[in-house]
Amino acid sequence: MNRRSFLKQLLSFLAVSGGILGGWLRGGAAKAAAADEAKKTLYGFGVSVDKCIGCARCVVACKTENDVPREPYFYRTWVERYVIRKDGTTAVNNIDMGSADDAPPPSDKNVLRSFFVPKLCNQCENPPCAQVCPVGATFKTDDGVVLVNAKTCIGCRYCIQACPYGARYLHPATQTADKCTFCYHRLHKDLLPACVEVCPTQARVIGDLNSGASPMTRFRRMNKIFVLKPNLNTEPKVLYANMDGEVR
Amino acid sequence: MNPELMEKLKDLLPQITGYIYPNEIEVHWGILIVVYPYITGIVAGAFILASLVKVFNVKEVQPLYRLSLLTALAFLLVAPLALVSHLGHPLRAYEIFLTPQKSSAMAMFGFVYAWYLMVVLLVEIWFVYRRDLIAWADTGKTWLRGVHRVLSLFSKDTSEAATAFDSKALKVITIVGIPSAFLLHGYVGFIFGSIKANPWWSSVLIPIVFLFSAIVSGVALVILLYMIIVPLMGGKLEIKCIDKAMSFLYYAVIVDFSLELVDFIHRVYQSEEEIKILGELVMNKLFFSLVIVQVLLGMLFPLAILSAIKMFKRFRESEELRKLMYFVSLILIQGAIFATRWNVVIGGQMFSKSFRGLTTYKMELGGMEGLLYALGLLALPIVILAIFLKVLPAWSDLPKRTEAG
Repeated sequence: MNRRSFLKQLLSFLAVSGGILGGWLRGGAAKAAAADEAKKTLYGFGVSVDKCIGCARCVVACKTENDVPREPYFYRTWVERYVIRKDGTTAVNNIDMGSADDAPPPSDKNVLRSFFVPKLCNQCENPPCAQVCPVGATFKTDDGVVLVNAKTCIGCRYCIQACPYGARYLHPATQTADKCTFCYHRLHKDLLPACVEVCPTQARVIGDLNSGASPMTRFRRMNKIFVLKPNLNTEPKVLYANMDGEVR
Repeated sequence: MNPELMEKLKDLLPQITGYIYPNEIEVHWGILIVVYPYITGIVAGAFILASLVKVFNVKEVQPLYRLSLLTALAFLLVAPLALVSHLGHPLRAYEIFLTPQKSSAMAMFGFVYAWYLMVVLLVEIWFVYRRDLIAWADTGKTWLRGVHRVLSLFSKDTSEAATAFDSKALKVITIVGIPSAFLLHGYVGFIFGSIKANPWWSSVLIPIVFLFSAIVSGVALVILLYMIIVPLMGGKLEIKCIDKAMSFLYYAVIVDFSLELVDFIHRVYQSEEEIKILGELVMNKLFFSLVIVQVLLGMLFPLAILSAIKMFKRFRESEELRKLMYFVSLILIQGAIFATRWNVVIGGQMFSKSFRGLTTYKMELGGMEGLLYALGLLALPIVILAIFLKVLPAWSDLPKRTEAG
């Protein structure tokens, strides 16, 4: 074997083996990526309506954690009190930071049922707010949370109009749209959102919807689940247990 | 943190009826966003009137042709001002063009607007005026000469072939322009109509209703301007032209009114979840602007006047009486279309998406979101139009008013 044919054979061996090795590695990587996809975190939030006592600590915690103005016109999360009477009328109040008008006393026999409903951004799978944002300042992260980039938001407020849940407001300091982020900054430090952290009755839970064993998996296993305004096909990731049909 | 806003919102609190989501107290799209579709509507409507002459060969309305094109341009230039002034960050407005989001109707509107301005209106006006511009640049005596020369883009060809090309080009541009005008204002309708969260807006009919109300407002405004400007310039109004344009307007109002009626009947008949709160909205918050101004004063009353002119001979005999009746209906129709915009934009934000309560809109007088600024925005196109008419006269051979006329 002369030098020329040796080099030729060596080169072709390298080319073929390199191709095979590369293909194998790539295939492995693709499989790993597919596995990652299945394991990818998808945040969901659970609210147990029956557990909420309307203490509004979540509202205070949220406003403090996220620099939400304290005035009663700006909320990332709020708690509604429903009082349904025998005559079919329903009275709803925002209990603000715990300062709502007095509820009717338990002795009031005209009241059929009464309960609290915590509200927050539903982090929709099909978020209308992100769809309408003209500059893409509102976007959905890979883990399913809808965020607003305050640096690029132009303050047109189209997203506020498009949100069916009233979850957005224009922050008076930044003049940009703002809303609940599931406390994204905390989630990524393995901390719970402020509202979940302070809830004394564990009416609020958060977890990975894709995980085999997470608080959200348990929440979905143990409860009948409702979402708000399902007819709009927004596919909320905030799930409600023991919800009442009066709630919108 | 913005004490003025807090004070304003505090004043609103006692005016809320029922329950609204707490973030809904503030009506986010105020008077400026009312002005905006009103203005784009005029743009589209005025252009449609111009196309009547060019594409459909309605000879009688020829005196309105150039005026309607210039009106469309004057209003189109002001339209984005209303939008940009309203932004929380006006200096970031250019982001809509740099990083547009393809799924956003608002982002795509920027391109529709640019297309309409650059490809349709400016080009059409240039071709319309090209020959005159060359002539004015050659024979003019004032400083305007230079302006005309620049505006003609230094073209000098007035040969028959060039003129023939002009009119051919005009025809093509107008044919492209009609769907573009429809697109322009239909798109504004779509911005509202596509919001599924808001049942007052969410309707397939909204873009079409917007379109016809646009035609109504644009045509009405151009006739009104004609009736005001020509006598001011010492000219005589051509009643045949006004008659024809009014007749066209009459049918447009009928179509517009029918469409709105269909929408209304459809909503009431379907009677969905939100019907109760929308009923309250109309009866409490919008009664004056919708029932009185929009429907009674702005549609039914002018329709009655115009029908009377069509039906009774004695109105057709007296030119002066007819002009007066036209004038009154034109002003009422303008009011109605402005009220329509108001009812859509403001009305759509006064009820809660919880369908349990109503908030209220308190317009400020001064400031960026105030009444004075909005009035300024409405007056600005008229000022621009006056300048346009000075530089680009719309009537070269204005019939002079006789002693009797």
